[in-house]
Amino acid sequence: MVQSRDAPAGWGEGGETALNEATGHDVIVLEHVTKRFGDFFAVHDADFAIPHGEFFAMLGPSGCGKTTTLRMIAGFEVPTSGAIRLEGRDVSRVPPYRRNVNTVFQQYALFPHMNVFDNVAFGPRSRKVPEAEIKTRVGEMLEIVRLEGFAQRMPQQLSGGQQQRIALARALVNFPSALLLDEPLGALDLKLRQAMQIELKRIQREVGIAFVFVTHDQEEALTMSDRIAIMNEGWVEQIGRPEEIYHRPETVFVAGFIGQANLWQTTVDAASGDTADVTLGERRITAAISGRSVRRGDPVTFMVRPERVRVSLDEPGNGHQAVACRVVDLVFQGPVVRFALDAAGAEVVAHVGADEQLPLLRPGDAVWASWERDAALLLSGAAADAGDAPTAVGAET
Amino acid sequence: MTALADAGTPPIDDRSVGRDQSFGSEVSTGMGRLGSRLLNVFAGLALAYLFAPIFVIVLFSFNKPAGKFNYVWQEFTLDNWLHPFAKSELFDAFVVSLQVAVVATIVATIFGTLIALALVRYRFTGNGLVNLLIVLPLTTPEIVMGSSLLTLFLNPPQPLDSFSWAWNDERGFRTIVIAHILFCLSFVALTVKARVRGFDWSLEDAAMDLGARPMRTFRKVTLPLIVPGIAAAGLLSFALSLDDFIITLFVRGDEKTFPIQIFGASRVEVSPQINVLATMVLLVSVGLMGAGTLRKARRDAARTPS
Repeated sequence: MVQSRDAPAGWGEGGETALNEATGHDVIVLEHVTKRFGDFFAVHDADFAIPHGEFFAMLGPSGCGKTTTLRMIAGFEVPTSGAIRLEGRDVSRVPPYRRNVNTVFQQYALFPHMNVFDNVAFGPRSRKVPEAEIKTRVGEMLEIVRLEGFAQRMPQQLSGGQQQRIALARALVNFPSALLLDEPLGALDLKLRQAMQIELKRIQREVGIAFVFVTHDQEEALTMSDRIAIMNEGWVEQIGRPEEIYHRPETVFVAGFIGQANLWQTTVDAASGDTADVTLGERRITAAISGRSVRRGDPVTFMVRPERVRVSLDEPGNGHQAVACRVVDLVFQGPVVRFALDAAGAEVVAHVGADEQLPLLRPGDAVWASWERDAALLLSGAAADAGDAPTAVGAET
Repeated sequence: MTALADAGTPPIDDRSVGRDQSFGSEVSTGMGRLGSRLLNVFAGLALAYLFAPIFVIVLFSFNKPAGKFNYVWQEFTLDNWLHPFAKSELFDAFVVSLQVAVVATIVATIFGTLIALALVRYRFTGNGLVNLLIVLPLTTPEIVMGSSLLTLFLNPPQPLDSFSWAWNDERGFRTIVIAHILFCLSFVALTVKARVRGFDWSLEDAAMDLGARPMRTFRKVTLPLIVPGIAAAGLLSFALSLDDFIITLFVRGDEKTFPIQIFGASRVEVSPQINVLATMVLLVSVGLMGAGTLRKARRDAARTPS
């Protein structure tokens, strides 16, 4: 545990409760923040709060506004309208060097002309911390990132993973109230990235402050975050816990961006409260509405995850929704068999587990694709709003 | 295998043009040893062509000329090196040149660096125009630049009359410095711009993120990283100033710089002290270049992960 007389609230033992009483339980609050570059809206009306100690991810394709949002929190960009609050104080127009947040940059941005010690000591020195205290603090931080013996090395002598840790130490040594990370694992290879994911979580638990993390890698966001904000074209599409976002996406974009999904465009036949009826093939199907409400005649997208779809020769009984299909292709992949089916022109993807009793099937065979009623969702809008290739996006495992 | 094929060639060739040799023999495998020998000969000739004049300068600094003209080799002497400042007019002119070069370089380096930083760092209206204008003083023929500067110094334009301190006196040291700053400024701005273009600006963001105000960010992060480029630009502009003849001739008034003095005196006397002073300048610049190369080599060595 890190202890310091100068530790700003949020770091010491007693500090946290005192702070929470003073400023509420959110460390960062965005109030209707919009950022425009000329005619281009980088961020539209972002309005959310991040509590102390949360691991918060901003996830989206490149150009979705996640990095601009992070840069506004850090102070490198000024919001066109709206306000950003840090620990209750409006910092929208406060320069980065007067904000108590620190950033880990994408390429780490370690100062190449300083050794590791001077890099980590740069922040405290800028804030005129006595040199003796700097020495202890830097030592503690190098210990936290497990690079104790590296103080005299130059950044160029370190591997990518080690540079990443130094960048973390250099940011954390200032005892920020929140740490901002801009695609911090993007420059690492796969194996190192997975190791650093665990490492980041450990460090976050150890220091106990909020980590705000920008990434375009959905697997990374799902693995590490307490909550995820999904962004697209400057809009925050949905904020929620990873399982909420996966199981109950609220927009077509989110459904297509996180995991794989079957998305069929259709129109509402009848709507009542939380559910609506649509026609799939020749069948009328009732499903829960997620996100914006819909009315009769509205375009909607019907969504069901491939792993919830079953394939059978006979029409399944009660409690299941089913469509008649023809097998287009099937691939055996060990734990799952992947089916590509055709339901009267609509493509259906099904991942069938090994424990299912599967008949011997060939392309061209007539089958039923079915799912439990609660596996399906209706999302307002058309599937064209989703990412480039919604059903192609997704973890391959 | 290249080394084996060329084992018979004299070792001196291996050292002087070793790289060209191995490259040449790989390309001309079909032509064999004759081709690579020919390449050595041509490389040697090219080097001789480049360095012969410099060699002559150094050599004739040790000559004891029969008359006033140090043009024909007579006999070896160290007299010139023992009395390098024997010709007082020559030495005075040398000092003037050094003074001009120091002032012009300092001013041009500071402002040229600021121009370069602004051009690379910020997108502003007129950015492209400034980029173009900065090249003009270097592309304008010196003879045109010199005569136009003289016109300007003789007829200060009305709106600039209040700045008459710049030319109220006779033309001389001041006007030479102003003219030298002009072309050195362009030169520094272009050189530093090329170096700064590859600068990682996220380092500045990082410094400010860590609590450094803009001044501290510049002093501790930006400046130390671009200083090698600035130093190189400063050295080159120093050399340019020391060496300038044409523009200086127009704006000098009665002042005499080193090149002007040599040229003016060359009708009546070419003393070996000229060669001594020139060799000194040569040694200093070679020394600086060597130090720079050594520093870079050492830094590169430190950079390779251990």
